[in-house]
Amino acid sequence: MAKVTPPSPTGTPRLAADLTVAAGDPRSTFTREAWTRLKRNKAAMVGLYMIIVLVIVAVTADLISPADPYTQDLYARLVPPGGPSSITRTQTYILGSDQLGRDILSRIFHGSRISLAVGLVSEFIVVLIGISLGAISGYYGKWVDTVIMRLGDIMFAFPDLLFCIGIMFVLGPNIFNLFIAISIVGWAGMARLVRSQVLYLKETQFIESAKAQGLSDFRIITRHILPNCLGPIIVSVTLGIPGAIMAEASLSFLGLGAQPPMASWGSMIYAARAYIRAAPLYSIFPGLAIAYTVFAFNLFGDGLRDALDPRLKR
Amino acid sequence: MFQFVLRRLLVAIPVLIGVTLITFILVNVVPGDPVLMMLEKRADQATIDRIRHQMGLDRPLPEQYLTFLVKACKGDLGESFRYKVPVTDLIKQRFPVTIKLATSAMFVALVIGLGVGILSAVKQYSVVDHASMVGALALVSAPIFWVAILSQIVFGLNLKWLPISGYYGIQYMVLPALVLGVRPAAGIARLTRSSMLEVIRQDYIRTARAKGLAERPVIFKHALKNALIPVVTIIGLELGGLLTGSILTETVFGIPGLGRLAIEGITYRDFPVIQGTVLFTAVVYVLANIIVDISYAFLDPRIRLS
Repeated sequence: MAKVTPPSPTGTPRLAADLTVAAGDPRSTFTREAWTRLKRNKAAMVGLYMIIVLVIVAVTADLISPADPYTQDLYARLVPPGGPSSITRTQTYILGSDQLGRDILSRIFHGSRISLAVGLVSEFIVVLIGISLGAISGYYGKWVDTVIMRLGDIMFAFPDLLFCIGIMFVLGPNIFNLFIAISIVGWAGMARLVRSQVLYLKETQFIESAKAQGLSDFRIITRHILPNCLGPIIVSVTLGIPGAIMAEASLSFLGLGAQPPMASWGSMIYAARAYIRAAPLYSIFPGLAIAYTVFAFNLFGDGLRDALDPRLKR
Repeated sequence: MFQFVLRRLLVAIPVLIGVTLITFILVNVVPGDPVLMMLEKRADQATIDRIRHQMGLDRPLPEQYLTFLVKACKGDLGESFRYKVPVTDLIKQRFPVTIKLATSAMFVALVIGLGVGILSAVKQYSVVDHASMVGALALVSAPIFWVAILSQIVFGLNLKWLPISGYYGIQYMVLPALVLGVRPAAGIARLTRSSMLEVIRQDYIRTARAKGLAERPVIFKHALKNALIPVVTIIGLELGGLLTGSILTETVFGIPGLGRLAIEGITYRDFPVIQGTVLFTAVVYVLANIIVDISYAFLDPRIRLS
């Protein structure tokens, strides 16, 4: 579970200034410039294409899978890649079959849905909690800030995976609790990031003028402050998704995540571990899928950070 | 400096109290009565009540928490349901193994990470640089338990160089340490590179070159020393990763460390063991981070003053 490195808080002032200058056009030159910079970054674009491929696979998993991911073929268990099926003569298992004779390739295709769902849903919850608490903490300060930030410190005191394990143990292993566990562990980082941005923006002149106009706190936060910290938030989310995917895989590998017969990459490796002598390739393929996905998001996220924060670019 | 250390220690106290509170809540909201689990077989109500009373489970929760806190401070974390020995003894037995694993992994990480990082920075934008940075990102992206299994297949089953499971000697530690070290190595390499690149552009490096020093002393004596300061913090950050990673690595390689103990606790629903290992790991993590903070302030006087 990679900790998200928050982009330097110094990156935003420029962003804020740019956006205020181009106040008439919300799709300001900043967004366009960032996109141009991103397009020039080959690594980031490779990451983006890899993500697009992944999304296509997840959406069309039912169509492109050569077999049903849950159909067992007990006469063709653990066949090597390219091995024949015992159900239909024409079908072969391109990546082999698992311990119950299910098609590994189809299970990997379907597993992409779980990984993407976990990544997106838990990051969505993280954003929701993190932004609200971070904004409240930074904007109101005083004891509210102290309480929220101390709570965050306590969250940081637990190694991520161990805490997730604890929560999954308490709630019971299933996919919904997985969302909860990963979000509970992840919100503190997002809250800290948003807070640091809000602390800075709060002192700027355009917020002062918004206050002078008598706008409500809610309006100031949602309309004026938050849009100006979107850059770092987007980067943090992009780099948070692979973290969540990795967390799901690790928990499922420990038997605490997705439960059988669900086709999750982590639980596939968990099952494959028992057969590393008989079918070593069985454990390799789902791992490649995880590595591919996490790599794609990391590559894209890194590029996005460079594009949104030109100062970091060397 | 003394003030800084004191302040850092004082800030840790509420965090540590919070950690105990959360650990307590975590175990006490579990559906299912620990007494019933401990007794396993059907016991009559009177026995259950008696044991509940003995364990203090019939007291109000805040009181139970205080008892737990006081006991924990004295080093009493209860008795394992499964092994019937104090949890503290189990931790004492398992923790050194994890420490050995984590320090060897950190050693691997520093050697590889610093080497690759310096090389990439010195040869910026070369093939070596690009290859090692993409490689570092790829390594960070691969799940550690999968890398562990891969290494078992390649070095254990195919090449038969090393044993793949168990813990009966130093040769059993080689693969796990390599696997666990690879990930922090990638992080250290990336940070060393960017930190070195920043330092190399400083005036004092230009001065060193201008006065005719050879490239080697410029890099190793002048640049590296200053570039290493941020690297110290990442050692602290990676520590959490090492503790987390050791859970997975110990599981795959069957090493009887703290991580394995936690997983065993979950498999056998051994509440005191889970509570104890989670609490102990968190406390170690907090203390280690304080030490890193202090050493960082020691290295960079600017931190102390802010």
